[in-house]
Amino acid sequence: MQAFEWEKPVVDLEERIRELKQYCAQAQMDFSEEIESLERKASALRREIYENLTPFQRVLMARHPKRPTTLDYIGLLFDDFVELHGDRTYRDDGAIVGGIALFEGQPVTVIGPQKGRDTKENIARNFGLPHPEGYRKALRLMKQAEKFGRPIITLIDVVGAYPGIEAEERGQGLMIAQCVEEMSFLRTPILSVITGEGGSGGALALGVADRILMLENAWYSVISPEMCATILWRDSSRAAEAAELLRLTPMDLLKFGIIDDVITEPLGGAHRDHEFTSRQIRSFIKRYLAVIRRMDVNQLVEERLARFRRIGRFHDKSSQSLL
Amino acid sequence: MLNVFKGKPKYMTVKPEIGKQKEFPENLWTRCDGCGKVIYNKELDKSGYLCPECGYHFRVGSAQRLAMLVDKGSFVPFSPLVASNPLDFPGYEDKVIKAKEKTGLDDAALVGKAAIDGRECILAILDFSFMGGSMGSVVGEQLTRAFERATAERLPVVVFSGGGGGARMQEGIFSLMQMAKTAQAVGKHSRAGLLFISVLTHPTMGGVYASFASLGDIILAEPGALIGFAGPRIVEETTRQKLPSGFQTAEYALEHGMLDAIVPRPQMAQYVSRLLAWHR
Ligand SMILES: [Zn+2]
Repeated sequence: MQAFEWEKPVVDLEERIRELKQYCAQAQMDFSEEIESLERKASALRREIYENLTPFQRVLMARHPKRPTTLDYIGLLFDDFVELHGDRTYRDDGAIVGGIALFEGQPVTVIGPQKGRDTKENIARNFGLPHPEGYRKALRLMKQAEKFGRPIITLIDVVGAYPGIEAEERGQGLMIAQCVEEMSFLRTPILSVITGEGGSGGALALGVADRILMLENAWYSVISPEMCATILWRDSSRAAEAAELLRLTPMDLLKFGIIDDVITEPLGGAHRDHEFTSRQIRSFIKRYLAVIRRMDVNQLVEERLARFRRIGRFHDKSSQSLL
Repeated sequence: MLNVFKGKPKYMTVKPEIGKQKEFPENLWTRCDGCGKVIYNKELDKSGYLCPECGYHFRVGSAQRLAMLVDKGSFVPFSPLVASNPLDFPGYEDKVIKAKEKTGLDDAALVGKAAIDGRECILAILDFSFMGGSMGSVVGEQLTRAFERATAERLPVVVFSGGGGGARMQEGIFSLMQMAKTAQAVGKHSRAGLLFISVLTHPTMGGVYASFASLGDIILAEPGALIGFAGPRIVEETTRQKLPSGFQTAEYALEHGMLDAIVPRPQMAQYVSRLLAWHR
């Protein structure tokens, strides 16, 4: 498994325990006391390391190559899935996947950006960076969900919009705006889970939801830490500092009232245990979906609009002058 | 060269254009970025900040824009809002204070009720000179209030996204969420059957372009305006491709179907007023 620098101590220790166990089995010797003590040490070390991650360490966890992708989650969260392709206008954008799935026996529409699991897949899927036709496909599927009264679940993992010539030529700004606007008024429940990266307009285009949940090691901001560092200091290698400033962790966003809940991951990150992570997500989706499904659709849309209407921090100049 | 390639567009390197168009300076004359001609500022002032030689559109501030657009004395601004620092982003307060001192504005959006040729509307103008015309909570709130007020009073909205430099990075997630907030306010206004004319002036990029500015019933642009989501430099760096000639200009956007029309500045007021008249 690929390990980050900061988790080397715990990964090394886990390796030592594995070796010792193997040796015991082969040599038929009993080291159970030593193993137990090492395991206690490993568990303490894990807590120490993973419960005190810096914002940028979380960003890196969100990008871990073994982290579950949208299609991995779709396979684990739903009982059945039919993928639906294409925007009916230009082409099928593999950077966004979507379709109809069964969640606890009920059909839902599920949509999300899809990163590749290796270099070949990443090239095919443009590293999960959608073109305008990807957003158009997403919007088509969302409207379809509205027509048939299906709830929409979006799984968000995208570093941002794609800075490409064709994406610009075909109006990705317009498509993002359209997704955001139309999603806001859809007369069906919408639940978003930010599973990895929540980068700027690319994430928001799928994130105008009634409830917004976020995995523990995910980030959501207006700009990636690297781009922010480039703008501030002309040095993308200072991304860790920028990540601190941007307040992009789920804990920050919960405090700001941007998201509704934080989904805990296994210690060490979602990539260590896909099934556990999915069970977690599943129980959160179940709980929150039940609430928004029960709501009257007029009230649902009204509250969705009110949720975003409230966001913003500023001073009224006239009242400030009284201070 | 093979004939096949003859029809292809010529490629050139486009340097980032943001910040290239100069503010109207204090000194006596200005060199045109379009043709290099030296122009007396008095002449520029009279011509609506256009180059008399090549028609190059110099960037104008919100006050100048207002003066060349609305009926004299008709503009009633909304109550002013000022930025806070929701993320405690280091240096943000100073930046805002400096921008206020430099421009005399409260933030990047000038919003109010106005009349154009006697036709009432809600008008919003973004000003590049205030932190690149970027959208933070204040700009988002002002634009939202503009559309809400227009919905309540059943008025059309005209927005000049002049200098929508994009998102106000220092406000992080709050800045991103203004995209949703403003888009929703446009949506309510639109669903009430009311007209929104969006005018894109140089430059309209990022979060401003990918929200309210893109949602006009009619989208106009000034000649030469830079319009897009990702900036040209980042596109060039990411794709390592030469950018097509004229990439992300208003002319390019029109050709690709992203605009209704390009309207030169001297015709803008009349053009807008005619559209307002047809949507009574
Ligand atoms: Zn000129």
